[in-house]
Amino acid sequence: MQEFATALDSITRVHGVRGAMLVSLSDGLVVAESSMDGVDGVPVAALTASLAGRLRRTTEAAGRRPPTFIHLRATTGTVLAVPSHDDLLVVAIGAPDINVGLARLEMLHVAERGI
Amino acid sequence: MRFADAMTDSIRVMTAQLASDPASMIFLPLGEALRRRGQLEAAEKVALAGLGRYPESADAHDLYARVLGDRGQLELAFDEWDIALRLEPDHVGAHKGIGFLYFVAGELDRALAHLETAARQLPDDDGAQTALARVKEALARRAAAGNGAGREMDGAALADQLAPVPIADPSRLFLGLEGAGDGLLLLDTRGLRLGGGLTSPDGDDVADTVSAHLAGVSQEASRTARLLGLGEWISLAAESPDGHLFAVAPTPETLLLLVREQGVPLGRLGVVADHAAGVARAWLEGLR
Repeated sequence: MQEFATALDSITRVHGVRGAMLVSLSDGLVVAESSMDGVDGVPVAALTASLAGRLRRTTEAAGRRPPTFIHLRATTGTVLAVPSHDDLLVVAIGAPDINVGLARLEMLHVAERGI
Repeated sequence: MRFADAMTDSIRVMTAQLASDPASMIFLPLGEALRRRGQLEAAEKVALAGLGRYPESADAHDLYARVLGDRGQLELAFDEWDIALRLEPDHVGAHKGIGFLYFVAGELDRALAHLETAARQLPDDDGAQTALARVKEALARRAAAGNGAGREMDGAALADQLAPVPIADPSRLFLGLEGAGDGLLLLDTRGLRLGGGLTSPDGDDVADTVSAHLAGVSQEASRTARLLGLGEWISLAAESPDGHLFAVAPTPETLLLLVREQGVPLGRLGVVADHAAGVARAWLEGLR
Protein backbone atom coordinates (compact mmCIF):
# COMPACT_ATOMS: atom_id res chain seq x y z
CA MET A 1 0.00 0.00 0.00
CA GLN A 2 2.96 2.29 0.66
CA GLU A 3 3.92 1.98 -3.01
CA PHE A 4 0.45 3.09 -4.02
CA ALA A 5 0.61 6.09 -1.71
CA THR A 6 4.03 7.10 -3.00
CA ALA A 7 2.89 6.82 -6.59
CA LEU A 8 -0.20 8.91 -5.98
CA ASP A 9 1.70 11.52 -3.98
CA SER A 10 3.84 12.31 -7.01
CA ILE A 11 0.62 13.24 -8.80
CA THR A 12 -1.06 15.17 -6.01
CA ARG A 13 2.03 17.35 -5.68
CA VAL A 14 1.31 18.85 -9.10
CA HIS A 15 -0.25 22.31 -8.99
CA GLY A 16 -4.02 22.18 -9.16
CA VAL A 17 -4.41 18.47 -8.41
CA ARG A 18 -6.94 17.94 -5.62
CA GLY A 19 -6.74 14.21 -5.42
CA ALA A 20 -5.69 11.05 -7.17
CA MET A 21 -6.73 7.44 -7.15
CA LEU A 22 -6.02 4.09 -8.65
CA VAL A 23 -9.02 2.31 -10.06
CA SER A 24 -9.44 -1.22 -11.29
CA LEU A 25 -10.43 -0.86 -14.94
CA SER A 26 -12.27 -4.12 -15.17
CA ASP A 27 -14.60 -3.66 -12.19
CA GLY A 28 -14.39 0.07 -11.43
CA LEU A 29 -13.34 -0.41 -7.82
CA VAL A 30 -11.02 1.90 -5.91
CA VAL A 31 -7.58 0.36 -5.37
CA ALA A 32 -6.01 3.32 -3.61
CA GLU A 33 -6.72 7.01 -3.19
CA SER A 34 -4.94 10.09 -1.98
CA SER A 35 -6.16 13.51 -0.83
CA MET A 36 -9.72 12.90 -1.92
CA ASP A 37 -11.28 14.95 0.90
CA GLY A 38 -14.99 15.52 0.44
CA VAL A 39 -15.19 13.23 -2.57
CA ASP A 40 -16.82 9.82 -2.47
CA GLY A 41 -14.29 7.81 -4.42
CA VAL A 42 -16.47 4.75 -4.95
CA PRO A 43 -18.94 6.13 -7.51
CA VAL A 44 -16.27 8.31 -9.06
CA ALA A 45 -14.11 5.25 -9.64
CA ALA A 46 -17.00 3.33 -11.18
CA LEU A 47 -17.97 6.14 -13.53
CA THR A 48 -14.42 6.98 -14.53
CA ALA A 49 -13.66 3.34 -15.31
CA SER A 50 -16.87 3.09 -17.29
CA LEU A 51 -16.01 6.23 -19.25
CA ALA A 52 -12.50 4.96 -19.92
CA GLY A 53 -13.87 1.62 -21.10
CA ARG A 54 -16.31 3.32 -23.41
CA LEU A 55 -13.57 5.51 -24.89
CA ARG A 56 -11.37 2.48 -25.40
CA ARG A 57 -14.13 0.74 -27.34
CA THR A 58 -14.80 3.92 -29.30
CA THR A 59 -11.18 4.43 -30.35
CA GLU A 60 -10.95 0.79 -31.33
CA ALA A 61 -14.13 1.10 -33.38
CA ALA A 62 -12.53 4.11 -35.06
CA GLY A 63 -9.60 1.91 -36.05
CA ARG A 64 -7.24 3.48 -33.51
CA ARG A 65 -5.33 2.02 -30.61
CA PRO A 66 -6.74 2.45 -27.08
CA PRO A 67 -6.36 5.83 -25.38
CA THR A 68 -3.27 6.57 -23.34
CA PHE A 69 -4.66 9.73 -21.78
CA ILE A 70 -8.20 10.94 -21.08
CA HIS A 71 -9.17 14.47 -20.14
CA LEU A 72 -12.67 15.41 -18.98
CA ARG A 73 -12.97 19.18 -18.63
CA ALA A 74 -15.81 20.69 -16.62
CA THR A 75 -16.76 24.21 -15.61
CA THR A 76 -15.07 24.10 -12.21
CA GLY A 77 -12.57 21.31 -12.53
CA THR A 78 -10.96 18.55 -14.46
CA VAL A 79 -10.67 14.77 -14.41
CA LEU A 80 -7.61 13.15 -15.94
CA ALA A 81 -7.16 9.42 -16.46
CA VAL A 82 -4.35 7.23 -17.73
CA PRO A 83 -4.85 3.49 -18.25
CA SER A 84 -1.92 1.37 -17.19
CA HIS A 85 -0.82 -1.98 -18.55
CA ASP A 86 -1.93 -3.87 -15.45
CA ASP A 87 -5.68 -3.21 -15.68
CA LEU A 88 -5.46 -0.11 -13.56
CA LEU A 89 -6.57 3.41 -14.24
CA VAL A 90 -4.61 6.28 -12.76
CA VAL A 91 -7.09 9.08 -12.06
CA ALA A 92 -6.46 12.67 -11.01
CA ILE A 93 -9.03 15.28 -10.08
CA GLY A 94 -8.01 18.88 -10.39
CA ALA A 95 -8.97 22.51 -10.34
CA PRO A 96 -9.68 24.36 -13.59
CA ASP A 97 -6.16 25.84 -13.48
CA ILE A 98 -4.49 22.46 -13.06
CA ASN A 99 -1.18 22.06 -14.84
CA VAL A 100 -2.50 19.40 -17.20
CA GLY A 101 0.81 18.84 -18.96
CA LEU A 102 2.71 18.14 -15.76
CA ALA A 103 -0.07 16.04 -14.25
CA ARG A 104 -0.20 14.02 -17.46
CA LEU A 105 3.54 13.37 -17.31
CA GLU A 106 3.37 12.20 -13.69
CA MET A 107 0.38 10.00 -14.39
CA LEU A 108 2.02 8.43 -17.44
CA HIS A 109 5.12 7.87 -15.34
CA VAL A 110 3.10 6.07 -12.68
CA ALA A 111 1.23 4.02 -15.27
CA GLU A 112 4.37 3.01 -17.17
CA ARG A 113 6.37 2.24 -14.06
CA GLY A 114 3.68 -0.12 -12.90
CA ILE A 115 2.34 -0.20 -9.41
CA MET B 1 -14.25 0.21 -51.74
CA ARG B 2 -17.55 -0.21 -53.59
CA PHE B 3 -20.66 1.05 -51.85
CA ALA B 4 -22.16 -2.46 -51.68
CA ASP B 5 -18.97 -3.83 -50.12
CA ALA B 6 -18.83 -0.99 -47.63
CA MET B 7 -22.47 -1.65 -46.75
CA THR B 8 -21.81 -5.34 -46.21
CA ASP B 9 -18.82 -4.58 -44.02
CA SER B 10 -20.82 -2.07 -42.08
CA ILE B 11 -23.59 -4.62 -41.49
CA ARG B 12 -21.04 -7.20 -40.41
CA VAL B 13 -19.43 -4.82 -37.94
CA MET B 14 -22.77 -3.70 -36.54
CA THR B 15 -23.95 -7.31 -36.23
CA ALA B 16 -20.82 -8.19 -34.27
CA GLN B 17 -21.28 -5.14 -32.11
CA LEU B 18 -24.88 -6.09 -31.35
CA ALA B 19 -23.84 -9.64 -30.54
CA SER B 20 -21.22 -8.43 -28.07
CA ASP B 21 -23.50 -5.82 -26.55
CA PRO B 22 -27.17 -6.80 -27.01
CA ALA B 23 -28.27 -3.68 -25.14
CA SER B 24 -26.61 -1.44 -27.72
CA MET B 25 -28.77 0.94 -29.71
CA ILE B 26 -26.85 -0.14 -32.77
CA PHE B 27 -29.84 -2.26 -33.70
CA LEU B 28 -31.33 0.92 -35.16
CA PRO B 29 -28.70 1.59 -37.86
CA LEU B 30 -28.28 -2.15 -38.37
CA GLY B 31 -32.00 -2.71 -38.96
CA GLU B 32 -32.10 0.24 -41.31
CA ALA B 33 -29.05 -0.98 -43.25
CA LEU B 34 -30.66 -4.41 -43.65
CA ARG B 35 -33.93 -2.81 -44.76
CA ARG B 36 -32.12 -0.75 -47.34
CA ARG B 37 -30.48 -3.87 -48.69
CA GLY B 38 -33.89 -5.50 -48.98
CA GLN B 39 -33.13 -8.06 -46.27
CA LEU B 40 -36.51 -7.46 -44.76
CA GLU B 41 -36.73 -10.66 -42.74
CA ALA B 42 -33.43 -9.94 -41.04
CA ALA B 43 -34.37 -6.29 -40.60
CA GLU B 44 -37.64 -7.30 -38.98
CA LYS B 45 -35.87 -9.63 -36.54
CA VAL B 46 -33.45 -6.90 -35.56
CA ALA B 47 -36.25 -4.36 -35.16
CA LEU B 48 -38.37 -6.71 -33.06
CA ALA B 49 -35.45 -7.67 -30.83
CA GLY B 50 -34.73 -3.99 -30.34
CA LEU B 51 -38.35 -3.28 -29.58
CA GLY B 52 -38.36 -6.09 -27.04
CA ARG B 53 -35.53 -4.39 -25.23
CA TYR B 54 -36.62 -0.80 -25.79
CA PRO B 55 -40.44 -0.85 -26.06
CA GLU B 56 -40.57 2.86 -25.31
CA SER B 57 -38.17 3.89 -28.03
CA ALA B 58 -39.98 5.86 -30.73
CA ASP B 59 -37.05 5.23 -33.05
CA ALA B 60 -37.46 1.47 -32.64
CA HIS B 61 -41.16 1.69 -33.53
CA ASP B 62 -40.24 3.89 -36.49
CA LEU B 63 -37.73 1.34 -37.72
CA TYR B 64 -40.23 -1.50 -37.40
CA ALA B 65 -42.86 0.58 -39.18
CA ARG B 66 -40.54 1.17 -42.13
CA VAL B 67 -39.82 -2.53 -42.39
CA LEU B 68 -43.56 -3.27 -42.28
CA GLY B 69 -44.14 -0.59 -44.90
CA ASP B 70 -41.62 -2.25 -47.20
CA ARG B 71 -43.42 -5.54 -46.68
CA GLY B 72 -46.70 -3.95 -47.70
CA GLN B 73 -48.20 -4.32 -44.22
CA LEU B 74 -49.38 -0.76 -44.17
CA GLU B 75 -51.98 -1.04 -41.42
CA LEU B 76 -49.42 -2.50 -39.05
CA ALA B 77 -46.93 0.15 -40.14
CA PHE B 78 -49.52 2.80 -39.34
CA ASP B 79 -49.98 1.35 -35.86
CA GLU B 80 -46.25 1.41 -35.19
CA TRP B 81 -45.89 5.01 -36.31
CA ASP B 82 -48.91 5.88 -34.22
CA ILE B 83 -47.19 4.39 -31.18
CA ALA B 84 -44.02 6.29 -32.04
CA LEU B 85 -45.97 9.53 -32.09
CA ARG B 86 -47.59 8.77 -28.76
CA LEU B 87 -44.16 8.19 -27.28
CA GLU B 88 -42.58 11.15 -29.01
CA PRO B 89 -45.13 13.58 -30.47
CA ASP B 90 -42.51 15.39 -32.56
CA HIS B 91 -40.97 12.26 -34.05
CA VAL B 92 -40.19 13.28 -37.61
CA GLY B 93 -39.95 9.80 -39.07
CA ALA B 94 -43.35 8.89 -37.71
CA HIS B 95 -44.94 12.09 -39.01
CA LYS B 96 -43.44 11.41 -42.39
CA GLY B 97 -44.52 7.78 -42.46
CA ILE B 98 -48.07 8.43 -41.30
CA GLY B 99 -48.31 11.36 -43.68
CA PHE B 100 -47.51 9.09 -46.61
CA LEU B 101 -49.98 6.48 -45.46
CA TYR B 102 -52.77 9.05 -45.18
CA PHE B 103 -51.81 10.27 -48.63
CA VAL B 104 -52.06 6.78 -50.07
CA ALA B 105 -55.41 6.37 -48.35
CA GLY B 106 -56.60 9.60 -49.92
CA GLU B 107 -56.99 11.39 -46.59
CA LEU B 108 -55.27 14.49 -47.85
CA ASP B 109 -56.01 16.87 -45.00
CA ARG B 110 -54.53 14.50 -42.44
CA ALA B 111 -51.59 13.78 -44.75
CA LEU B 112 -50.99 17.48 -45.10
CA ALA B 113 -50.82 18.05 -41.34
CA HIS B 114 -48.26 15.29 -40.80
CA LEU B 115 -46.15 16.06 -43.84
CA GLU B 116 -46.08 19.75 -43.04
CA THR B 117 -44.71 18.87 -39.61
CA ALA B 118 -42.10 16.59 -41.15
CA ALA B 119 -41.17 19.03 -43.91
CA ARG B 120 -40.86 21.89 -41.43
CA GLN B 121 -38.38 19.91 -39.38
CA LEU B 122 -36.56 18.59 -42.43
CA PRO B 123 -36.25 21.48 -44.87
CA ASP B 124 -33.51 19.68 -46.80
CA ASP B 125 -35.30 16.37 -47.12
CA ASP B 126 -36.33 15.96 -50.75
CA GLY B 127 -38.68 13.08 -49.91
CA ALA B 128 -40.68 15.04 -47.37
CA GLN B 129 -40.73 18.18 -49.48
CA THR B 130 -41.79 16.31 -52.61
CA ALA B 131 -44.51 14.43 -50.78
CA LEU B 132 -45.80 17.65 -49.27
CA ALA B 133 -45.85 19.27 -52.69
CA ARG B 134 -47.81 16.30 -54.08
CA VAL B 135 -50.36 16.51 -51.31
CA LYS B 136 -50.81 20.20 -51.93
CA GLU B 137 -51.22 19.58 -55.66
CA ALA B 138 -53.75 16.85 -54.97
CA LEU B 139 -55.66 19.11 -52.60
CA ALA B 140 -55.70 21.83 -55.24
CA ARG B 141 -56.98 19.36 -57.85
CA ARG B 142 -59.61 18.10 -55.44
CA ALA B 143 -60.74 21.62 -54.76
CA ALA B 144 -61.03 22.20 -58.49
CA ALA B 145 -62.59 18.91 -59.52
CA GLY B 146 -64.22 17.42 -56.46
CA ASN B 147 -63.03 14.66 -54.14
CA GLY B 148 -61.18 11.49 -55.05
CA ALA B 149 -57.71 12.69 -55.88
CA GLY B 150 -54.74 11.59 -53.85
CA ARG B 151 -54.43 7.94 -54.68
CA GLU B 152 -51.87 8.44 -57.40
CA MET B 153 -48.90 7.27 -55.41
CA ASP B 154 -48.13 3.67 -56.27
CA GLY B 155 -46.37 1.13 -54.06
CA ALA B 156 -42.93 1.77 -55.51
CA ALA B 157 -43.21 5.48 -54.95
CA LEU B 158 -44.35 4.82 -51.41
CA ALA B 159 -41.38 2.59 -50.76
CA ASP B 160 -39.10 5.36 -51.97
CA GLN B 161 -40.79 7.87 -49.78
CA LEU B 162 -40.63 5.62 -46.75
CA ALA B 163 -36.92 6.21 -46.63
CA PRO B 164 -35.81 7.00 -43.12
CA VAL B 165 -35.54 10.42 -41.69
CA PRO B 166 -32.54 11.64 -43.64
CA ILE B 167 -29.18 11.84 -42.08
CA ALA B 168 -27.87 15.30 -42.67
CA ASP B 169 -25.78 15.69 -45.75
CA PRO B 170 -22.26 15.82 -44.29
CA SER B 171 -21.03 18.21 -46.89
CA ARG B 172 -23.78 20.64 -45.98
CA LEU B 173 -23.66 20.26 -42.23
CA PHE B 174 -19.97 20.96 -41.71
CA LEU B 175 -19.22 22.59 -45.03
CA GLY B 176 -16.09 24.73 -44.88
CA LEU B 177 -14.81 23.22 -41.64
CA GLU B 178 -11.62 21.22 -41.26
CA GLY B 179 -12.45 17.57 -41.97
CA ALA B 180 -16.02 18.32 -42.99
CA GLY B 181 -16.53 14.91 -44.59
CA ASP B 182 -14.27 12.77 -42.42
CA GLY B 183 -13.44 13.22 -38.79
CA LEU B 184 -16.45 15.19 -37.62
CA LEU B 185 -19.52 13.42 -36.32
CA LEU B 186 -22.73 14.74 -34.85
CA LEU B 187 -24.87 12.21 -33.02
CA ASP B 188 -27.76 12.10 -30.62
CA THR B 189 -27.70 10.73 -27.09
CA ARG B 190 -28.87 7.34 -28.36
CA GLY B 191 -25.78 7.02 -30.51
CA LEU B 192 -27.49 7.66 -33.82
CA ARG B 193 -25.55 9.68 -36.33
CA LEU B 194 -27.19 12.94 -37.29
CA GLY B 195 -24.48 14.17 -39.60
CA GLY B 196 -20.82 14.10 -40.50
CA GLY B 197 -18.63 11.17 -41.36
CA LEU B 198 -15.71 9.14 -40.13
CA THR B 199 -13.44 6.59 -41.73
CA SER B 200 -10.80 4.44 -40.10
CA PRO B 201 -7.14 4.70 -41.11
CA ASP B 202 -7.87 1.71 -43.39
CA GLY B 203 -10.57 3.66 -45.18
CA ASP B 204 -13.55 1.83 -43.71
CA ASP B 205 -16.67 3.81 -42.92
CA VAL B 206 -16.91 3.60 -39.14
CA ALA B 207 -19.23 6.54 -38.51
CA ASP B 208 -22.28 4.58 -37.40
CA THR B 209 -20.33 2.10 -35.30
CA VAL B 210 -18.42 4.81 -33.50
CA SER B 211 -21.64 6.76 -32.98
CA ALA B 212 -23.26 3.73 -31.40
CA HIS B 213 -20.34 3.31 -29.00
CA LEU B 214 -20.81 6.89 -27.87
CA ALA B 215 -24.46 6.43 -26.91
CA GLY B 216 -24.88 7.82 -23.43
CA VAL B 217 -21.33 9.10 -23.10
CA SER B 218 -22.59 12.63 -22.61
CA GLN B 219 -24.73 11.57 -19.65
CA GLU B 220 -21.85 9.57 -18.21
CA ALA B 221 -19.47 12.54 -18.48
CA SER B 222 -22.14 14.73 -16.95
CA ARG B 223 -22.71 12.37 -14.01
CA THR B 224 -18.99 12.08 -13.36
CA ALA B 225 -18.48 15.85 -13.36
CA ARG B 226 -21.47 16.49 -11.12
CA LEU B 227 -20.54 13.77 -8.68
CA LEU B 228 -17.18 15.43 -8.25
CA GLY B 229 -18.76 18.83 -7.83
CA LEU B 230 -17.10 20.05 -11.00
CA GLY B 231 -20.19 21.57 -12.58
CA GLU B 232 -21.15 20.87 -16.16
CA TRP B 233 -18.80 18.97 -18.42
CA ILE B 234 -17.32 20.96 -21.28
CA SER B 235 -15.21 18.54 -23.29
CA LEU B 236 -13.89 15.02 -23.26
CA ALA B 237 -10.60 14.23 -24.96
CA ALA B 238 -8.84 10.93 -25.51
CA GLU B 239 -5.27 10.66 -26.75
CA SER B 240 -4.35 7.52 -28.57
CA PRO B 241 -0.94 6.68 -30.08
CA ASP B 242 -2.43 7.03 -33.54
CA GLY B 243 -5.19 9.57 -33.16
CA HIS B 244 -7.04 11.94 -30.88
CA LEU B 245 -10.75 12.01 -30.09
CA PHE B 246 -12.38 15.18 -28.83
CA ALA B 247 -16.05 15.37 -27.83
CA VAL B 248 -18.25 18.30 -26.90
CA ALA B 249 -22.01 18.63 -26.50
CA PRO B 250 -23.42 21.29 -28.84
CA THR B 251 -26.78 20.79 -27.11
CA PRO B 252 -27.91 18.59 -24.20
CA GLU B 253 -29.34 16.11 -26.73
CA THR B 254 -26.35 15.85 -29.04
CA LEU B 255 -22.66 15.04 -29.03
CA LEU B 256 -20.06 16.20 -31.49
CA LEU B 257 -16.99 14.05 -32.01
CA LEU B 258 -13.82 15.24 -33.66
CA VAL B 259 -11.17 12.70 -34.66
CA ARG B 260 -7.73 13.77 -35.82
CA GLU B 261 -4.33 12.26 -36.29
CA GLN B 262 -2.00 12.15 -33.32
CA GLY B 263 0.10 15.08 -34.55
CA VAL B 264 -2.73 17.56 -34.15
CA PRO B 265 -2.51 19.16 -30.69
CA LEU B 266 -5.50 18.71 -28.39
CA GLY B 267 -5.73 22.48 -28.00
CA ARG B 268 -6.24 22.81 -31.73
CA LEU B 269 -8.97 20.18 -31.56
CA GLY B 270 -10.73 22.24 -28.93
CA VAL B 271 -10.82 25.25 -31.22
CA VAL B 272 -12.13 23.24 -34.19
CA ALA B 273 -14.67 21.44 -31.99
CA ASP B 274 -16.03 24.71 -30.60
CA HIS B 275 -16.43 26.06 -34.10
CA ALA B 276 -18.09 22.87 -35.34
CA ALA B 277 -20.39 22.84 -32.31
CA GLY B 278 -21.58 26.33 -33.23
CA VAL B 279 -22.29 25.16 -36.77
CA ALA B 280 -24.13 22.11 -35.42
CA ARG B 281 -26.26 24.22 -33.08
CA ALA B 282 -27.26 26.51 -35.94
CA TRP B 283 -28.11 23.49 -38.07
CA LEU B 284 -30.15 21.87 -35.30
CA GLU B 285 -31.95 25.13 -34.70
CA GLY B 286 -32.83 25.23 -38.39
CA LEU B 287 -34.47 21.82 -38.11
CA ARG B 288 -36.82 22.99 -35.38
